[in-house]
Amino acid sequence: MKLMIPLCLMLAAAFIVIPTQADTAHIAVASNFTGAMKELINVFEESSTHKVKASYGSSGKIYAQIKHGAPFQLFFSADQAKPLALYQQGLTTEKPFTYAFGALALWSSHADFQHNELDRLQSNDFNKLSFANPKLAPYGIAAREVLENLNLIQASQKKWVQGENIAQAYQFVGSGNADLGFVALSQVKNKASYWLVPSKLYSPIRQDAVLLSAGSSISSGKNKAASAFLHFIHSEQSQAIIESFGYTAKRKLLEDTGAIQ
Amino acid sequence: MILSAADIGAIWLTLKLATTVTILLLIIGTPIAWWLARTQSWLKGPVAAIVALPLVLPPTVLGFYLLIAMGPHGFIGELTQNLGLGTLPFTFWGLVFASIIYSMPFVVQPLQNAMEALGERPLEVAATLRAGPVDRFFSIVLPLAKPGFITASILGFAHTVGEFGVILMIGGNIPDETRVVSVQVYDHVESLEYAQAHSLSALLLIFSFVVLLTLYWSQRKTASVGVMK
Repeated sequence: MKLMIPLCLMLAAAFIVIPTQADTAHIAVASNFTGAMKELINVFEESSTHKVKASYGSSGKIYAQIKHGAPFQLFFSADQAKPLALYQQGLTTEKPFTYAFGALALWSSHADFQHNELDRLQSNDFNKLSFANPKLAPYGIAAREVLENLNLIQASQKKWVQGENIAQAYQFVGSGNADLGFVALSQVKNKASYWLVPSKLYSPIRQDAVLLSAGSSISSGKNKAASAFLHFIHSEQSQAIIESFGYTAKRKLLEDTGAIQ
Repeated sequence: MILSAADIGAIWLTLKLATTVTILLLIIGTPIAWWLARTQSWLKGPVAAIVALPLVLPPTVLGFYLLIAMGPHGFIGELTQNLGLGTLPFTFWGLVFASIIYSMPFVVQPLQNAMEALGERPLEVAATLRAGPVDRFFSIVLPLAKPGFITASILGFAHTVGEFGVILMIGGNIPDETRVVSVQVYDHVESLEYAQAHSLSALLLIFSFVVLLTLYWSQRKTASVGVMK
């Protein structure tokens, strides 16, 4: 009987907390976007009563988890294919949208490669060339396209080493095991030297996100937090944050293509 | 069963890797196990702990340190470069080196157990018959510790086949050089090729089951032989 009173109080407290505005959205994010997403969530939570809990991982794994009932409300993929596949299977509430465009950079951690990364690549003067596996990562597809457009496939093929994702491609170069590597600009933005690959050499690396039906079906509260966060992602403020992490935000890219035309 | 040429290449590479590693581990592991089984030295504890480390460490930790250590600025990398061998990551022999470390406890521990179970007596008897240390090892220890060698070989081989995290960290996914079955399965799953992933995974599952079944059967047989004696 003594225990009953505190227990009742706790239960009552639990019920009082629920109806307030603070909801939590669970989101799944491709690991290449980890840094930017952490900052986005920080800024979002400063101005909102809602909370966002993010899980980071490879898009392929997240996709498999969502297909098998993982309770995520939003999915930020590293590519377009996976959100689109979820949409076509009816697991999303709306069509996917592009939240960021990835940019590719050629990078080396060796001092004598600084500021001549491209020369070294073109003169085949390096031990290994690292990039993400094109089968698994859009940054890998882009790297292959660059090699094709520079007519370097044949010459360099024997020196390729492939990471399972862009983080591993970076690691091979960062540990000094590969002289050169195609990595994401977001990874090397603060380095002293890299060659920013001109975007005309590869098709845009579009990273798509999608609102999942799991979010709306579980409870309306969770959906509220998710759609508030989604709204925030579209804002000027978050587009600026995304750009500061080495991605091209949608707005910027439209301006660029406009300027070219 | 859908097995592509790349899948079959990965299977061959895995078998080649596991065979190479098992043979080298039996050569390297036997003296270590022998020493561990016999020594009274205070070093026994530390050496046994180092051998057992891969049992505890996440493969990613091992792989990460190996990538750095075998790299151009790491101590193993500097050694191999001075020997004119280049650096080990992204090569078959790099995988062999990493796998030897990774599968070491699975070979050394069964050997050590078998050798400890021998006791001093057979060796002392052999010594009174003027058998030298080398002779004693080959005519007493090897035959009597045979079950231990069988267990060690099977476990070492199987554990190398099942290796993934370390290889992922230092392999670089090069066909017929470092792309083993477990990495190939991972690639299939990540690129949503679930049918191919199923075929290879099922193959690995059946393989592992058969290996373990053989192991337990062979152990039962040697156990019953022991009882009959």
